Amino acid sequence: MTIMTTITTNTQTNGLPPVKMSVRDLNFYYGKFHALKNIHLDIPANRVTAFIGPSGCGKSTLLRTFNRMYELYPDQRAEGEILVDGENLLTSKQDVALIRARIGMVFQKPTPFPMSIFDNIAFGVKLFEKLSLIDLEERVEWALKKAALWEEVKDKLHQSGASLSGGQQQRLCIARGIAIRPELMLFDEPCSALDPISTARIEELIAELKKDYTVVIVTHNMQQAARCSDYTAYMYLGDLVEFGETEQMFLKPSCPATEDYITGRFG
Amino acid sequence: MQNKHLSSQFDGDLSQACAQLLEMGGLVEMQIRRAVAILAQASLSLAEEIFTTEIRVDALEVAIDHTLSSVIARRQPAARDLRLLLAISKITTNLERAGDEAKKIARKIKFIVGNDNHAARTMPIGDLRLASNLAADLIHRALDAFARLDMQAAIAILKEDDLIDREFQGFVHKLVAYMMEDPRVIGAGLDLLFIAKAVERIGDHAKNIAEYVIYIIWGADVRHRPLAEIEAALQGNPANPPENLS
Repeated sequence: MTIMTTITTNTQTNGLPPVKMSVRDLNFYYGKFHALKNIHLDIPANRVTAFIGPSGCGKSTLLRTFNRMYELYPDQRAEGEILVDGENLLTSKQDVALIRARIGMVFQKPTPFPMSIFDNIAFGVKLFEKLSLIDLEERVEWALKKAALWEEVKDKLHQSGASLSGGQQQRLCIARGIAIRPELMLFDEPCSALDPISTARIEELIAELKKDYTVVIVTHNMQQAARCSDYTAYMYLGDLVEFGETEQMFLKPSCPATEDYITGRFG
Repeated sequence: MQNKHLSSQFDGDLSQACAQLLEMGGLVEMQIRRAVAILAQASLSLAEEIFTTEIRVDALEVAIDHTLSSVIARRQPAARDLRLLLAISKITTNLERAGDEAKKIARKIKFIVGNDNHAARTMPIGDLRLASNLAADLIHRALDAFARLDMQAAIAILKEDDLIDREFQGFVHKLVAYMMEDPRVIGAGLDLLFIAKAVERIGDHAKNIAEYVIYIIWGADVRHRPLAEIEAALQGNPANPPENLS
């Protein structure tokens, strides 16, 4: 299959949204395995960008480079540049915990801490800010409201986070992520373990979040990418095949390989 | 580019929609051919056949809509599949209306023959026959372009619709001249004008179908765009339309 890389670069100069994150010549290796190959793209600010592609194409790997999550594992390395506000995150001397505070992440399975709903959110805030109890309570309420969970948990804030349903736990994780006021939120298949109602709530939430944050989502569900993203990137075997506006990608992608994938002809 | 989906059922659903459309197209084309023959022979038995065929055309229109809504609901099509289904929906409407035009022609001829309107027979009906044959051919070729997804054939139809429009204008001028010369043929002239307009509309429907064929293949909505602009854009990038066309 011939793969044509078509990249739309979004800058302020051509009337498109400003760029929040620029990825330049990014290569990633699992030991000797070359998992990401010369990735080059711009993530627009205050928009939802979705990454789609078959299993093993590198979309989750790419997401994990955005907040250096890969550093938790030996033999994994990234080369190139991931620029946020002009600073290369890959070579930044900044504490990696601070980078992950700026770039929050929500995983496939909800991962509430084994503590109360309140503490699940307050825990991260206390790591980075010294707030009075009143301010902390306000922040927790604000985050839960932002995550559209407040009405459901306001009377049981001191119950365990694990007592919530799967969809509520995922929204709790989102609240935990936004409580420390990140600049970007990364979602790695956030709805794959959820029922359709919880999925719809999370998608609604993502649409709300983009007003304040730049959102990047990795999903296997192409309809989800079509529903909730503004830009879509199609990846295959570690290459970024095509990146463009979601509407265009799902109506008339430029690259035949993208069209084969999104119409279910791939394989 | 792959032609088959991983789901053969999806392929089957799309094939069914295409087959239904082509069946409907065949019936409408037959209606139009019969309308052309009526113009030549003033045979009322053919008119009845047009009216009978209309029932089958209407039933197919409903069946196609049902197939399309079912595929959209169950498969959530994207890209060229979505374009194909949208185009089929639009082409169905155009075919149904082209069939209606054939019915109008049949009805008007029936009226003329029924009233034994000799004045109409003195008018330049031969010119109308030429244009109506051209319109029937265009419908046939538009359906052929759809079946083969043939871009060049679709572009050629856009060009030739202009020919029918010119024929129509020429016919109208001729009719006016006849009517000015002899006011007694005004009634017959208006009847023929009505038929000419129906023929011209059939050509327009063929053109619309060709535009939807281009939409399926190229992804560009070329409706209401000058032909020269479409051709220039196509020459510039045959694979992908420019942004102002998509």
